[in-house]
Amino acid sequence: MRVFRFWLIAAVAGIAFTALTRAWIANEYYYFAAYVVLQYIVLSTAWNILGGYTGYTNFGTGAFFALGAYGSVVLHKMGAVPLPVMMLVGGVISGIVGLGTGYLTLRLRGVFFAIATLAMAIVVQTLIVNWDYVGGSRGIYIIRPAEAPISGTYIQYLYTLMMVLAVVSVGIARSIEGSRLGLGFAAIRDDEQAAEAGGVPTLRLKLIATTLSGALMGMAGAPLPYYVTYLDPTSSFSLAYAVNSVAMPVIGGMTSWIGPVIGSILLGTIQQLATVTISSALNLLIVGLLLIAFVIIAPNGIVGLVRSWRRTRTA
Amino acid sequence: MNGAPLLSVKGLGKRFGGFVALENIDLEIRAGDRLGLIGPNGSGKSTLVNCLCGTLHNETGSVVFDGRRLDGMIAHQRTRLGLARSFQLPKPFRTLSLADNIRIPLLYTVNARAGHRLSDAQIGERCAELLGDVGLADKARRLPGDLTQVEMRKLELARAVATQPRLLFADETMAGLSPSEVEEILAVLFRLNEQGITIVLIEHIMRAVMSFSTRLVVLVAGNKIADGAPQEAIRNPEVEKAYLGE
Repeated sequence: MRVFRFWLIAAVAGIAFTALTRAWIANEYYYFAAYVVLQYIVLSTAWNILGGYTGYTNFGTGAFFALGAYGSVVLHKMGAVPLPVMMLVGGVISGIVGLGTGYLTLRLRGVFFAIATLAMAIVVQTLIVNWDYVGGSRGIYIIRPAEAPISGTYIQYLYTLMMVLAVVSVGIARSIEGSRLGLGFAAIRDDEQAAEAGGVPTLRLKLIATTLSGALMGMAGAPLPYYVTYLDPTSSFSLAYAVNSVAMPVIGGMTSWIGPVIGSILLGTIQQLATVTISSALNLLIVGLLLIAFVIIAPNGIVGLVRSWRRTRTA
Repeated sequence: MNGAPLLSVKGLGKRFGGFVALENIDLEIRAGDRLGLIGPNGSGKSTLVNCLCGTLHNETGSVVFDGRRLDGMIAHQRTRLGLARSFQLPKPFRTLSLADNIRIPLLYTVNARAGHRLSDAQIGERCAELLGDVGLADKARRLPGDLTQVEMRKLELARAVATQPRLLFADETMAGLSPSEVEEILAVLFRLNEQGITIVLIEHIMRAVMSFSTRLVVLVAGNKIADGAPQEAIRNPEVEKAYLGE
């Protein structure tokens, strides 16, 4: 019941926010900026399902994300496919890759798993670089349709779609939390042997986590070609996606759905501000500094900080 | 109790590289037994439990539990069949409350079995009951990090019992406890045995093992050297040699 209420509130909030911004804000720049923040909400929430809930650090976010984007490129070249369908296809592709990666690597733990996902990203990037149909290393231009299927400009349409995906992702994360599945994930994160001894089918649960996490990342990547209009492997596989999707949950807090949301809004907005006021080259430096600061001062993120503050106040 | 044994192990062997941890172990455990498993450090007691519970895989031999071959079966499947174990070093789920620690085996083992499913309310009651049995009821909402060593071992035991096992391996649940605490845990184990759970107690505290066990098995360097009534087993010359030297 509480989960249902959460979905309802999240949906209403998403619709209200979209409607208000679209009614009052005309400057297209804000939609470009907000799209990126929303995209990071999806990516960091997806990362957190595997990294925060299940305890497996994935450094391959860029690959899952880019696969969704390149899935859209292929569909775009094949003919007129609506963008929501592209997003679903991107989700399926990255979900399958997530399942495969999970199956091949989940016997690895801790840092070894992280290295394997990083290696996977490089392998996938190499494949794309050598695939001429999607532009290879030259990259590919995608003409953004002049008209959006719903009222407003195309960028407003992209923004609306990403808002929907963000609400869905956060809703999924919230539903997992406190559910049987979520408890199973937490058991794996805390101690896999003890989880097995308690009857938790660890391999199956880990595969669910990698598939779900990968699929959401793929869906987030699918609209990218229409957002940037020029897609190339270097920028779409950028390490920035991996670093950000790790840093945002760490800064926000990894044990709760709200952590990645807070982290994404905070870091995403700072990065957008820095890009227009100082330089986009500064972005990763900001992430790095914040990450160090949080690991030292608040290892459980902002959520952990608030919780311990509340506990001391009530105690 | 003349039927087939609950657990039957034949020719079980396990090696780590060149080191032979267990060699050709034969063991039969009957339903209702209270079996003490002793042996010097490194003799293979925990390795045997790990092989029987599926945490490790034995290279040779076979294990039959309740008429079913366990070979190749993953740990959680064995748990669901009714084999439970506590870990020698407690492995609590650190980020979960004590109640949630207990909830996991209830959700994933008891409710995964065919037959009666516990409702959410019943699971809540059962958590409180299981924690109450080991005297942790008032700490249900605390994290394992707040517990003492003794309490941690009790939690470990409660979590194993939550799976409603037919056979329970208690791996050094009493190490480092004071005599009165040992009595407490023993009382819990006796009570579980009366409820019909077959128990294998792995322990170094001889007083506890001797008062608890109806049968004693002694492992030395990966070999079973004695198996029988406790008083006879410890008088076995080989056992004396292993513990006291020549």
